Amino acid sequence: MAFLHRHRWLTPYLLLLPGLAWLVVFFLVPMGYLGKTSLEKGLFPIFTFQWAWSNFHDAISLYHVQFVRSAEYAGAATVIALAISYPLAYWIAFRGGRWKNLFLLLVIAPFFVTYLIRTLAWETILSDDGVVVGTLRHLGILGSDGRLLATSVAVIAGITYNFLPFMVLPLYVSLEQIDARLIEAAQDLYASKARAFLRVTLPLSLPGVFAGTLLTFIPAAGDFINAQLLGTPRQYMIGNVIQSQFLAVRDYPSAASLSFVLMAAILIAVLVYARALGTERMTGMAAGR
Amino acid sequence: MTSAAATVAARPRGRAGWRALAFVRRNLLNVYALLALGYLFLPIAIVIAFSFNNPAGRFNYTWQGFTFKNWTSPFGFPGLRDSVVLSIEIALLSSLVATALGTLIALALVRYGFRGRGLVNLLIFVPMATPEIVMGASLLALFVSWHYAQGFMTILIAHIMFNISYVVVTVKARLVGFDRHLEEAAMDLGANEWTTFQKVTLPLIMPGILAGGLLAFALSVDDFVITYFNAGPKTTFPLFVWGAARVAVPPQINVIGTLIFVVAVGGMLVNVLFQNRRARSAA
Repeated sequence: MAFLHRHRWLTPYLLLLPGLAWLVVFFLVPMGYLGKTSLEKGLFPIFTFQWAWSNFHDAISLYHVQFVRSAEYAGAATVIALAISYPLAYWIAFRGGRWKNLFLLLVIAPFFVTYLIRTLAWETILSDDGVVVGTLRHLGILGSDGRLLATSVAVIAGITYNFLPFMVLPLYVSLEQIDARLIEAAQDLYASKARAFLRVTLPLSLPGVFAGTLLTFIPAAGDFINAQLLGTPRQYMIGNVIQSQFLAVRDYPSAASLSFVLMAAILIAVLVYARALGTERMTGMAAGR
Repeated sequence: MTSAAATVAARPRGRAGWRALAFVRRNLLNVYALLALGYLFLPIAIVIAFSFNNPAGRFNYTWQGFTFKNWTSPFGFPGLRDSVVLSIEIALLSSLVATALGTLIALALVRYGFRGRGLVNLLIFVPMATPEIVMGASLLALFVSWHYAQGFMTILIAHIMFNISYVVVTVKARLVGFDRHLEEAAMDLGANEWTTFQKVTLPLIMPGILAGGLLAFALSVDDFVITYFNAGPKTTFPLFVWGAARVAVPPQINVIGTLIFVVAVGGMLVNVLFQNRRARSAA
């Protein structure tokens, strides 16, 4: 205690030390090992490091179909999740009143059922003899032997559902913080409701849109559970490839280079997206929350 | 002149139309929100309903008949009990450690000025923005390189790792709104730093710490991807479900899923209602 008293500047570093050490040893260092593994060559269990950059070339040329598919599925799921979540978050933030927290709890509650069990439930809902397929067949939207399970529709539906809280929560936070007087002021100044929404509410909620779309897109792009349980190998995403290369084929270098390409692709997508949406908004978000 | 007259003439009709539109819009939003909530709960209703199913074959996908059998023997399937016990052990230990480490980081970030704050914030943020599969794979690469056998310890290490960031964010949110005058008052009254921390700071930030701990527990119990890469021969509850999904899905899985859901949501409900009451009595 006396020692700390004399060296006050040390206190924050001592507080940080154990947690950051954990993150460095078990997050940063493993990334380094992943990088090293991605440049190795060999057959399980013997791999030797030899700056094998060709692994990256192979990763892209062999699996670009799955990379593109991951981007498509994750992108589609993100857009649909935004369309579902924005009105819902808006409703809770502006119409929830005293029960805001309760409604928010209702939105998060379904996600306390284990991820895999939720996805298995979708398997039941979308199954060939289920109500959804039956109705769609009856309406003629699906052919008499049309199915949802084992199609890209099912995989995208599963991803959309499973990552929805990552969209709703940031949207809610940014919408809830909007000063209602600003919207009133716009309407006092003869802006129509639609115009007030477009010019005041929507721009002020953009940080939430930014955070929500990222928090949905990133895990969605790396997901393999939905494609595995709701799809077939024809719907497999890059996550399925990484998973099988690591745990079934045991081609660690290939799996590691695929992981790095995935990370890099996501990073580039995020940067382009941040540029498109406005840098100061993003930095504002980073500083604010 | 004419345009002004036209505006005046148009206004009552315009306002009535606007009002009708607003009415429709308000209800449209209500209906939409209701539908969205229904969509969110549909799979949960299926999970709960099928926990009472009496499946004919090995899979629990079609409704066969009502039974309480699964609820009277929730662990009546080999390996299920062990996986649930392991999940709870890992969740308890990892949330405990992650909450301690994360709270310390949050305290340092909010209460002290120091060099390298940006770097620390980045290190906290990046794990949350990394796809789980990459984190799982990189830890696997680490343990393989170290020739460290995978099992209980590797699962625990991984869970603590991904939980720290979430605890930091949760506790930080609580600390930012903290009135430092309360601590100064305690010090003025002769309390030393440690006593002040124990008697003033800690009780005030306890809700944040608890929230962080609960979040960590929930994330740990539910984690599949990172665990899948680092479990070795061990089987947590999500891994059990994954294995079952390929071979046979016993309805007991739905029972356990429902139980986890009820306990978690019940706890949060009590918390929300308690806060609501406190907010009202404070106002």
